[in-house]
Amino acid sequence: MSLVSIREVRKSFGPLEVLKGVSLEVAKGDVVAIIGRSGSGKSTLLRCINGLETFQSGAILADGLEVGGMHTDVRELRRHVGMVFQQFNLFPHLTAAGNVMLAPTVVNKTSKKEAAEIAAEMLAKVGLSDKRDAYPSQLSGGQQQRVAIARSLAMRPKVLLCDEITSALDPELVNEVLRVVEQLAKEGMTLILVTHEMRFARDVGTNLVFMHHGKVHETGVPKEVFAAPKTPELQQFVGGIG
Amino acid sequence: MVQFTVWDIFSNLLIATEWTIILSIIAFVCGGIVGLVLLFARTSGVRPLVFVTKIYIEFFQGTPLLMQLFLFFFGIALFGIEVSPWMAATMALTFWTSAFLTEIWRGCVESIPKGQWEASTSLAMTYFEQMRYVILPQASRIAVAPTVGFSVQVVKGTALASIIGFVELTKAGTMLNNATFRPFLVYSLVALIYFCLCFPLSFMAKKLEGRLNVAR
Ligand SMILES: Nc1ncnc2c1ncn2[C@@H]1O[C@H](COP(=O)(O)OP(=O)(O)OP(=O)(O)O)[C@@H](O)[C@H]1O
Ligand SMILES: [Mg+2]
Repeated sequence: MSLVSIREVRKSFGPLEVLKGVSLEVAKGDVVAIIGRSGSGKSTLLRCINGLETFQSGAILADGLEVGGMHTDVRELRRHVGMVFQQFNLFPHLTAAGNVMLAPTVVNKTSKKEAAEIAAEMLAKVGLSDKRDAYPSQLSGGQQQRVAIARSLAMRPKVLLCDEITSALDPELVNEVLRVVEQLAKEGMTLILVTHEMRFARDVGTNLVFMHHGKVHETGVPKEVFAAPKTPELQQFVGGIG
Repeated sequence: MVQFTVWDIFSNLLIATEWTIILSIIAFVCGGIVGLVLLFARTSGVRPLVFVTKIYIEFFQGTPLLMQLFLFFFGIALFGIEVSPWMAATMALTFWTSAFLTEIWRGCVESIPKGQWEASTSLAMTYFEQMRYVILPQASRIAVAPTVGFSVQVVKGTALASIIGFVELTKAGTMLNNATFRPFLVYSLVALIYFCLCFPLSFMAKKLEGRLNVAR
């Protein structure tokens, strides 16, 4: 059974159709890397999965919950689907620990003490135990992004969506974030990542999805797809990146 | 006829000033509370709520405060309910203040980056939780300076309550002028007292604004 099941999803912004019937199955433990040109609909697809965007037709099931369904509790859905953003979006008025603790205390009604333990555990996981009392403005981009990952993990999501989470980082900070993601993958976390890091997609991904003009254009095992892309569009895309 | 010394006039004005201050504080505090409720409705994205608050704000921002005072003072009386000048002034100033504060605060809420909403939405927070724990703590920092600045308008706005017969600073000035026939002296003193009330507020607003700009 798929953990996330995307079936023939169509999404338009006004007259512009961005997703033109996207289907994708993600099993537990999968690490799905989504690649594709700018504007091909990668972010939009990701945002549909946790209900940040609505879509016009098709269906998405995440952990058994129908996204956008009449009887679906969105809050329940979002507790199971975490998301990490390109721009970190940390809460600037809270410390690293405060950022991580907020949703567990407010949403899950976890006690302060327990939430602090969760925060300690998650910050340790991303290698930032020593930064628990630092404010986002006192952290480097890479550290901020790792706190953002810890913040998502604190809700113990079934699947984590990552939208180009290293694209806003200085090159020397990219690896510290990728290592954290790789570790998560090793621990069996289900991940759906939009990424421009082709080597990472090949080495860590279990599935590769190439999106083109609002559709899944080609898909398969990353190593095989990269070694021998079938469609000319992917050949060109991979070639263009070098 | 009784002779008034300058000190007599001044001390009488000071007594009335108390009411200007009380009216200002009540209007500001109650207006702030109503404004906060309206702010939640205005930024909720729930169409009917947004619509109703917009009309409310348009009404109280788009009509003269004096007319609003008349409406509360004479209008409610039409329904057979006795309204004192004090009640009418408090209500009109409260609603008028709330409309302006809501708009000021909405600007502050909307200046918070969209990413803050998206991140907190993704963490399964509800609109109220987002406002309470993520948006307002950030927006309130930006809001302090313009809010304090607006309090000056509230203080000045209370002067209009004199027209419906509420005895505050301006009304006391008018009465003292009628008794002493020294309009220049009386109204100079009235103006001086208003200035002493307002200047610290506007000065503080400027200071806060400056500090916020440095912090960025
Ligand atoms: N809120 C919106 N309103 C209107 N159009 C939008 C909106 N969001 C995205 N689009 C459009 O939808 C298309 C797909 O956008 P999307 O962000 O999903 O692309 P992407 O594959 O993530 O691109 P990138 O690699 O640049 O992030 C683009 O043409 C974009 O302009
Ligand atoms: Mg994108």
